[in-house]
Parts: sequence; C-alpha cells; structure tokens
Amino acid sequence: MKILIVDDFSTMRRIIKNLLRDLGFNNTSEADDGSTALPMLQNGNFDFLITDWNMPNMPGIDLLKAVRADDKLKTMPVLLVTAEAKREQIVEAAQAGVNGYIIKPFTAETLREKIEKIFERINAGG
Amino acid sequence: MDTPGVEEKAAELKAQQLEKARQLVSHIEAGDEESAARLIEELGRMHESLLFQELGKLTRDLHEALNAFRLDSRLSELTQTDIPDAKERLNYVVSLTEDAAHRTLNAVEASLPMSEQLSSRAGDLAQSWQRFRARELSAEEFRQLSGELGEFLAVVHGDAEAIRRNLSDVLMAQDFQDLTGQVIRRVINLVQDVEQNLVGLVRISGERLSTPDQKKMQEKRAEDQNKGMGPAVPGTAGASDVVSGQDDVDDLLSSLGF
Repeated sequence: MKILIVDDFSTMRRIIKNLLRDLGFNNTSEADDGSTALPMLQNGNFDFLITDWNMPNMPGIDLLKAVRADDKLKTMPVLLVTAEAKREQIVEAAQAGVNGYIIKPFTAETLREKIEKIFERINAGG
Repeated sequence: MDTPGVEEKAAELKAQQLEKARQLVSHIEAGDEESAARLIEELGRMHESLLFQELGKLTRDLHEALNAFRLDSRLSELTQTDIPDAKERLNYVVSLTEDAAHRTLNAVEASLPMSEQLSSRAGDLAQSWQRFRARELSAEEFRQLSGELGEFLAVVHGDAEAIRRNLSDVLMAQDFQDLTGQVIRRVINLVQDVEQNLVGLVRISGERLSTPDQKKMQEKRAEDQNKGMGPAVPGTAGASDVVSGQDDVDDLLSSLGF
C-alpha cells in the first residue's frame, strides 16, 4: 500500500505519516501542494491519496477533481484531511467524488476509522 | 481645490464693489439719494453672497470628504468585520497554542516519572541478576529475584504502553502548528490589505472612492472558498454554516449517500 500525503505544513505531514506508520502503513511519500502532488501521482503507482484542502497553489479540492478527471487515477481513493468546515465545501467535495472527509483537528482514532471504512467499501464494491 | 477660481471671483467681486462705491460717491455728491440707497443695498447683498458661496463650498467639501470615507466599503468592511475578525483569529491562535503546550506538558509530566522508575528498578534488578550470574544468590534470594522480575516485566509492559500513548498524544498536539499557521497567514493577508487601503486613502485623500460592486465581492468569496479558508474560528465572519466537528461531517456525508 503506497500512500501520498499532501499538506503544505510539514508538521501535519509528519503527524499523518507517524499515524499511518502506527496503523501499519510504512510506504508513504509527501508533497507540499496539489501542483507537486499531481505529477507524483501520475508517475508513482500510488494506491491512496490523503490531502489537505487549503494549499497555496493548487488546493486539495482541485487536486481531487484532477485525479477524478485522469483516466489512470480516477479510481484512486482520496481522503481529505482539512480544517475547511463549511457545509457547502463538504458537499462540494462529496460531489467531486471524495472517499472520506476528516476535519482538523482530528484524532488518531478518527483517521484509523475512516481509512478502514474506505477500504471496507472498496473491498465490498470490488 | 478650486481656490484659484474663488480668488478670481473674489477679485472680480472686489472690482465690482469698488466700481459701485465710486458710483455711490458720485450719486451722493449729485444728491441722488434714491440711487445711493439702491447702491448701498446692492453692496450689502454682494458681500453676503460672497460669504454664502464660501460657506457653501466648505459644506460641500466636508460632505464629500465624509462620503468618501463612508463609500469606501472595503475600508469600512475592514474596520467593521475584518479587524475584529483578526482579533478573534489571533485569540484562537493563543488558545490553540496554549492547549497544545498543556497537552504536551501533561504527556511529558506523566511519562517522566514512569521512565525514571523503570530505569531505577531495572538498575536494581540488573545488580541482583549479576549476582545470580556470579552464583552469589541463595535459593531463597533467587526465589525473591524471580518474583521481582515477573512483577517488573508486567510493569514494563503497562508503562511502555502508557508512554507510547503519551508520545502519540505529543505527536497529535503538534497539529496546532498547521491550524495556527493557516490562521496567521490570513491575518498577515489582512494586515497587507489594511496597509494598501490606507496608502490608497492617503493618495486619493478627499476624492470620492468607488464602491466595489457586489458581483466582484461574490466572485472573490467563491474564489476564497475554492482556495480554502483555513480553520473556522468561532465568532468570526465565515464561521456560519460550518460543521461543528467530525460527527457533523459524517452526518452530512451520510445524508449525501456516503
């Protein structure tokens, strides 16, 4: 399981990386913006994308839309981990095809739960 | 601003007054009292109208200056919403960083005595263990050591887990840096905005400022929303219609068929 973590704050990337390691996911890479993440995704055989929303160049919502519009990437599960809390934004993310939405600040337990749920659904749906 | 015009007018008026005064002298010398009275009245009116013109101009200038302040809606928006907003945001930063510091300190304070005790008990046991290896222990002493070792391993098991939990709490507490960073960046943008507006105000001081049109403001709001606005800070503009936590997000998503 190869996971890409996208957040413009390195501290948050480290937190997520450590939590993932605790959950048994050791193969992670990091990007600090949607615009750097997209080429990594296109060239990198990633299985899972965890991204922030609010980033300077390409926000997470645009990254999500770009992933869904890319033939090679469109089935990749995407988890948004963000401080963006407007209902409108959550609805927009859902409509853009997000697989999970975690609001910051979050707990290790929430992250575990959401990731498990995403894979449960993927395995069930085939 | 049209002082030159006013000065010209005043000079013209003065010339007219002088002319009328000369006529007045000649009327009085000629004994034409009726014409003299009419000229005196005209002179009075001219003086009054000059005063009124000046007063009118001052009033208009004042009115326009006041309007210019009132009409610059960006500036009033800044003072009415954004700056109080920024204060709330900075207070939020203070409380987030305070929480993070306390969480970290709590975890450290809980872990330090545990690791100190583990270290000192391990030291004691290591000494006994060494004596056992050197065959210096009696059977009775060995029974005791064996019991202590069993106990110690159970303690290590529990304490190591507790320390791991505390450390992961320290890890999670560092999320304040991301959240406060987003908030502070917004406040920095606001400060730049205020600065630009003040510079603009100084540059055009007195001139009427244009009102930003509603459509542009809406476009800017939509753009902000797409870029992401950072954490919702309680008590600030834009804190409406936000979810109150992960449960709320889950409810909303499940209502959308998730």
